Amino acid sequence: MLVRYNDPSLRAVVAGRLVQFINCRVIEGGAVFRDGVLLDSARVFWEERKAADVQVDCCGLILSPGFIDIQINGGFGFDFSTWTDDVAAYEKGVSMVSRRLLEHGVTSYAPTVITSSPETYKQVLPHLGRRNGDANGAGMLGAHVEGPFISVAKKGAHPERFVRGTLEPSSEDEIDYVYGDTTNISLVTIAPELPGALQAISTLAGRGITVSLGHSSAGLEAGEAGIAAGASCLTHLFNAMNAYHHRDPGLIGLLTSKYLPKDRQTYYGIISDGIHTHDSAIRVAHRTAPDGLILVTDAIAALGMGEGSHVLGVQRVRVAGIRAVIEGTETTAGSVASMPLCIRHLIKAARCTLEQALCAATKKPASLLGITAAKGTLAPGSDADLVLVDDDIRVHATFIGGQCVYSA
Amino acid sequence: MKLIIEETADAVAEYAARYVRRKINDFSPSEERYFVLGLPTGSTPLGMYRKLIQFHRAGTLSFKYVKTFNMDEYVGLPRDHPESYHTFMHHNLFRHIDIDPRNVHILDGNAADLKKECDGYEASIKAAGGIHLFIGGIGPDGHIAFNEPGSSLSSRTRIKTLNADTIQANARFFDNDLSKVPTQALTVGVATVMDAEEVMILITGAHKALALHKAIEEGVSHMWTVSAFQMHPTTLFIADEEATLELKVKTVKYFKGLMELHRRLVE
Repeated sequence: MLVRYNDPSLRAVVAGRLVQFINCRVIEGGAVFRDGVLLDSARVFWEERKAADVQVDCCGLILSPGFIDIQINGGFGFDFSTWTDDVAAYEKGVSMVSRRLLEHGVTSYAPTVITSSPETYKQVLPHLGRRNGDANGAGMLGAHVEGPFISVAKKGAHPERFVRGTLEPSSEDEIDYVYGDTTNISLVTIAPELPGALQAISTLAGRGITVSLGHSSAGLEAGEAGIAAGASCLTHLFNAMNAYHHRDPGLIGLLTSKYLPKDRQTYYGIISDGIHTHDSAIRVAHRTAPDGLILVTDAIAALGMGEGSHVLGVQRVRVAGIRAVIEGTETTAGSVASMPLCIRHLIKAARCTLEQALCAATKKPASLLGITAAKGTLAPGSDADLVLVDDDIRVHATFIGGQCVYSA
Repeated sequence: MKLIIEETADAVAEYAARYVRRKINDFSPSEERYFVLGLPTGSTPLGMYRKLIQFHRAGTLSFKYVKTFNMDEYVGLPRDHPESYHTFMHHNLFRHIDIDPRNVHILDGNAADLKKECDGYEASIKAAGGIHLFIGGIGPDGHIAFNEPGSSLSSRTRIKTLNADTIQANARFFDNDLSKVPTQALTVGVATVMDAEEVMILITGAHKALALHKAIEEGVSHMWTVSAFQMHPTTLFIADEEATLELKVKTVKYFKGLMELHRRLVE
């Protein structure tokens, strides 16, 4: 049976159904899956001698692994860091963001909590644990806690009163005191120059949590020490860190450091929305360390709300195009760029190939989080989390576990 | 014999694919009556495969009731090796069309008993009712499948040791490392192809010009195995201009004069 990629029959979950995507462009890997898992199509053909039960005509679109966003603060009016003591409302908000992200081709994400009080972490984190996506929404990869162990000087939009400037005397006690249970945390952004930070990095890494350096005034040496202690990423490169100075390169200097570990890739997030990082800076980063570039939206609750004035928590934010400012000021309120927009912009800004840009939103974030066995590629054995896009990175359909969960 | 001369390799691919589509559709295959196709690998038929895929996508051609038999496969090369003919066929044709994998036949170069594999292959061609249309490309030395110069014109499916030229020519597909090139292959014989109801040979490029000359302007010779098809009642050669460079002007003019008629065969 041959159907189009947006055929309603693909919305159903059918056990044992062998589905093959045809007439699509694939960067690497296969386009055959069954029971939500991608298969080696040649092996199915030659060993099982089985033809697909359903062939899906992708009309020449590009088949990419579903997008992965490891830094997103909220969207569609909901903010992951705002707790109102209404558990049901919070859960509803999280579900709503998960559902709406399907329109953006995002099939998994790390809900991001900015610098908050210890009480808030303990309230929100239990609702941000890892879960697979389904028809109701994108999967969650565990929370990205951005702070509170950051540099006051580089706090950005984070509330200063919750910033914690030291992890001494015991970083482990401090971590547990602030976050409570760390089970639901997959990624921590921390400033490596803080007292006790290196110990904290190694503690976190030891718990299987990915550590990213950011919101930091660190010099290059402190950055290198952070990486050596177990960090593997830089949070939104260029933003909330010292500018590159030729006599004091700061964290940006890590792009070319010879002290980076050889056995693992060091990554960095880039907000490629045309506002938070100048195209020239994107180019510099991409030319210098192309393998490390990961796209993040760093989107705020105004993502997906359209133009105009929106009330977000206690702030009033005005959105014009993809620029969001605090009403009545020119102060940027954060990013409102979708992942497809960031991919599209990266191609233009970095003058890179579409393949490289897609990889920065799929395989590389999955690799940073150590989840490539299931996410981020089309390799056999991976979850069939897929997105069909055209050459302008417009999302035409999103699949999770082989089930069509969105079509334009 | 027919000789179709097209301007470019792309036009050769187009003609060949249209011819195949015409043959399959005129046959109107069904569950009781399969169309049986012999298929080659290599760079020459690639363009034709692309067109066949396009026809399938456009809905003008289905392989639902088509059985295929491939010409050859290396011995000892893993099936999933990027240079195996299994990989080539799956990658370039089968995964894009609606063929039932059970109707696809390729010699197994990793079979425990290679002789038995070859004999079994001949038997399954017979069981399928013989091949309706065998498509082939040829090498610059006039070989068809792995029937290199000197192969018996009455040869059947068998194990063939590859000659030094072929191994050298194939090294580019194996990291330019001669030691990695398989030295043996399983291949249908010249007589296996001769048994087909119709044979279609694709020849493109100036480097194949001498082979085309030997194939159609000189006598039948086992040193140019493709020349055997002079003895086949229905052979169709499809060549581009470049491949005709060694032919007599008279030969070219004769066949070009028939082009109007030949065009009608694929309309």
